[in-house]
Amino acid sequence: MKIAMSKINSFISGIIFGVGLSISNMINPEKVLGFLDIFGEWDPSLIFVMLGAIIVSAPTISLFKYRNKPLFTDNFAIPTLRSIDRNLIIGSATFGVGWGMVGFCPGPAIASLALANGYAVFFVISMLGGFFLSRLVKNS
Amino acid sequence: MNIANFTPQSAFLGGIIIGLAVILFFVANGRLAGVSGIVNNALLSKQNRSDNFLFIVGLVLGPIFYAFFTKNSIPFLITSSLPIIIIAGLLVGIGTRIGSGCTSGHGICGISLFSLRSIIATFIFMITAIITVSLIG
Repeated sequence: MKIAMSKINSFISGIIFGVGLSISNMINPEKVLGFLDIFGEWDPSLIFVMLGAIIVSAPTISLFKYRNKPLFTDNFAIPTLRSIDRNLIIGSATFGVGWGMVGFCPGPAIASLALANGYAVFFVISMLGGFFLSRLVKNS
Repeated sequence: MNIANFTPQSAFLGGIIIGLAVILFFVANGRLAGVSGIVNNALLSKQNRSDNFLFIVGLVLGPIFYAFFTKNSIPFLITSSLPIIIIAGLLVGIGTRIGSGCTSGHGICGISLFSLRSIIATFIFMITAIITVSLIG
C-alpha cells in the first residue's frame, strides 16, 4: 500500500512541478535567457521563481528532516557530502555554460517535451547523452 | 541595465507551486526533487526506477494539464541553432552529473537545506551562464 502511495506521489509531484514551471514560464528558454542577460534587457522574474520555491520548501524541509521517516518510504535520502571539491566546481561551471547557450536546464527541458518542439527533443536526447558521458569523465 | 518583460507575480506563484512539489516529494517519499538526478537515475539506476519514471511522466503532463485547464497557451521560444542545442545539451548533461545537481537540485532543494555545497554550485552556474549569455547573446 505504502509502495503504491509513493508511486502515486512521485507522479503527482512531477505534475505539480511541471505546472509550476508553466505558470512561471521558466519552461521557456527565451524567458530564462532574458533572466541571464543582466547586462542587456534584463528580466529578473526568475529570481522570484527561486524565491517562491525556497520560501515554501526551506521551512518545511527543515522541520521534516528530523522526523523518523517520510510518509511512504523508510528513510530520508539527503546527500551527506559536504566537501567543496573539484567535481562540484567544474561540473557546475560546465552546466552553467550549457544553460546560458540555450536557456534550458534539466527540469524545463524535460517538461517542455509536452510542447512537442523538435529542438527541445534534440536538447533532451543530447542531455541524456551527457549523463552517459559523465560516467566516463567523473573520477577519471 | 534595462528591466524588460518582468512578470514577478506569475514567477512567484509558479515558484511557490514548484516549492509545493518539492515538499510533497520530500515529506512523502523522503527524496529531493532534483530533476537531473531523477532523470539520470531513471535511466542508469535500478533503485526507485518506477518512482523516477512516474515523476518524469508527471513533469511532462504538468504543462499539458496547465494549458488544458486554464486555456492559456504557454509562451515558448528557442532561438538557438541545432549545433548549439546539441552542444548545450551535452554540457548540461555532463555538468549537472559531475556537479551533482542542477537548478532544482542545488538551486532549490540544496539551498532549502542550507547546504554550502549547493549555495556555491548555484553561484557558480549562475555566473558562468550569465557570462555565456553576455558573450554569445
